[in-house]
Amino acid sequence: MIELSNIKKAFNQNQPNEYWALHGIDLNIEAGKVTAFRGPSGSGKTTLLTIVGCLSRPTSGRVRFKGEDISGLPERFLTDIRRQSFGFVFQQFNLIKGLSALENVILPAFPTGRPRAELVAAAGELFDQLKLGHRSTAKVEWLSGGEQQRVAIARALINNPEVIIADEPTANLDTALSKEFMAILEGFTAAGKTVLLTSHDPLVVESSAVHRVVGMRDGRLIDD
Amino acid sequence: MRPSTVALGFLAALSAVCLLIFGLFFRSTAANEEKLQANRALVEKFGLTDLALFTEARYTRHPTQADLHSALQDHPGAFDHFPSGSLLPPPAILTQSHAHLAGKTTSPD
Amino acid sequence: MRIWLEKQRHLIDFTLASLARRKTKNIGLLLAYTLLVFVLASLTLFTHALRSEATFVLAGSPEVILQRMVAGRHDLIPPGYLDKIGRIRGVQKKEGRLWGYYYDPVLNANYTFMARPADEVADGYIMVGNALARERGLDKHNTISFRSYSGKLFTFEVSAVLSPDAELLSADLVLLSENDFRKFFEYPDGHYTDIALSVANPQEVRTVAAKLSSALPDSRPILREEVLRTYQSVFDWREGIILTVLSGAILAFVILAWEKASGLSAEEKREIGILKAIGWETGDVIRMKTWEGLLISLTAFLLGFIAAYVHVFHFGAAVFEPVLKGWSVLYPKFALVPAVDGLQIATLFFFTVFPYTAAVLVPIWRAAITDPDAVMR
Repeated sequence: MIELSNIKKAFNQNQPNEYWALHGIDLNIEAGKVTAFRGPSGSGKTTLLTIVGCLSRPTSGRVRFKGEDISGLPERFLTDIRRQSFGFVFQQFNLIKGLSALENVILPAFPTGRPRAELVAAAGELFDQLKLGHRSTAKVEWLSGGEQQRVAIARALINNPEVIIADEPTANLDTALSKEFMAILEGFTAAGKTVLLTSHDPLVVESSAVHRVVGMRDGRLIDD
Repeated sequence: MRPSTVALGFLAALSAVCLLIFGLFFRSTAANEEKLQANRALVEKFGLTDLALFTEARYTRHPTQADLHSALQDHPGAFDHFPSGSLLPPPAILTQSHAHLAGKTTSPD
Repeated sequence: MRIWLEKQRHLIDFTLASLARRKTKNIGLLLAYTLLVFVLASLTLFTHALRSEATFVLAGSPEVILQRMVAGRHDLIPPGYLDKIGRIRGVQKKEGRLWGYYYDPVLNANYTFMARPADEVADGYIMVGNALARERGLDKHNTISFRSYSGKLFTFEVSAVLSPDAELLSADLVLLSENDFRKFFEYPDGHYTDIALSVANPQEVRTVAAKLSSALPDSRPILREEVLRTYQSVFDWREGIILTVLSGAILAFVILAWEKASGLSAEEKREIGILKAIGWETGDVIRMKTWEGLLISLTAFLLGFIAAYVHVFHFGAAVFEPVLKGWSVLYPKFALVPAVDGLQIATLFFFTVFPYTAAVLVPIWRAAITDPDAVMR
């Protein structure tokens, strides 16, 4: 579903602090499966995920999504694809403070112009599935870590994307909540969604919910 | 209620009031017309030349009739002694050249 | 179209929710902005309305007023002067006018005394302006005494009080008969204050004035058009107080806009990054911010303008009264006839709404166009 050909990414190119995060990644990611990226910090896992999820472009190389080359697309189309097909759950959650959980969840759908009532209903369903119904009107800064993560997940799902990308999803959670998260992952697979995630956490990487583990070190893939 | 509805509704109401103001203004009422005409008639009847806005001093009362010396009657810069000095510039006639007064008469006195 | 509309409403929802996070600050901003517009709009409305009214009513003023000058100072018209004018073509009527000032120690106010023909005011009677009547508690049939400059006391009975609608013109007027005027001021016989001439054809007025100047070199003709021009430049923006208020308002506004435009906090930058990361395009972010600028500036403008209109035309520009009144004791109560200069209001609109909206957009421009991957870090 997602094909990466010789992806290279550099930061601060042509400047004294030039840094290559990725040195040529070739990878095929299967649809409908959970793929975990494992590796120490600085191995380029997060950078790879941002490129796959259309949050940034590779310095060289190609990304193909469902057969279509997306790395060269103009910003408008890239954003469209990102909005429709990818849902992000950030490590820091990145929820907008001062707004309620509901407002945060429906935010990604605003540019689509869908009627508000429809969005509120879809959010309501997600809240029910993620057991957040009672907290929908609370301001996000008052929610617990686990609740915030579930809000972040709900936000990632509001546009019904095919691919979920999660960066270090269990880094801020205790064991119980981590296990709950893995259960949610299994739910995604059951619904036919593709999941990409990064983690150092053995609980995640060695879980049965994960179908494939890809190792990375110093911007390169390690054969696993 | 959805915040955007409130905001847009409020703006629409304000705009409507503004349009009303402009609409009302363009249709000046009969009473106003009467008042203006009555005042104009009064001006004609009594031969008035100034509004009674600045009644502080004699020379601020009739700015159009002021002569060259009026502004300095009491004190240099006296026109600005009163706040009215900063509201009304000296009438144009006072700042014009008076060269024509230096001409010869055509008829003997 | 529906989708576009719904999308704009979503953006407005977000903007309002965002502004509501700092309610006090933003309401304060809105109030300050509204006040600014209120002051500027009040000034514009008031000065324009006053100028229009002055221009309209003073169109009835005499076509030419002839004054006599001695050594550059205004002097009385001597006997025989009227005849020296002789017959100038175009002059329909010429009459000597008698008027002057009287200082009333009771109120510390100056009154304008004018002589009128016997059919309007009889000997022993006076007509007074409404403001004067109000200040001295006069009504029809009351009597009032004035001490003349020679020390003698004169008593008059009020035969009529002029209309309150005409206060702007007649606030301090005292109209009396010619005999009384001459006796009161001990005016030299046969002398007049000035001469009012009426000319039938408005295009002839300048020629008549020129002829008068050459026939009477010590005279100074004052034309009606000069009278009107004087009142067209009243409250001109170049005048002291108006300029001060304008500069103050503009400066305040610049400070407001500068504060908005002077860069984003890290928090705000991060939020824009988040919005882009979750699927908003650069254009969406910019549209949302434009709505923020427009909502605040439009609300402030409309509220300020409506408040200014009510202030000027229903409350008689009460805020400006102390300035206008200055040191006058007699100040006319007048309700201006509503007159709006569309061009000035449009200029005010343009200069309040667009700069502010631009000021809101400037700092977010850079943040809005950066790639969202910075958020991931």
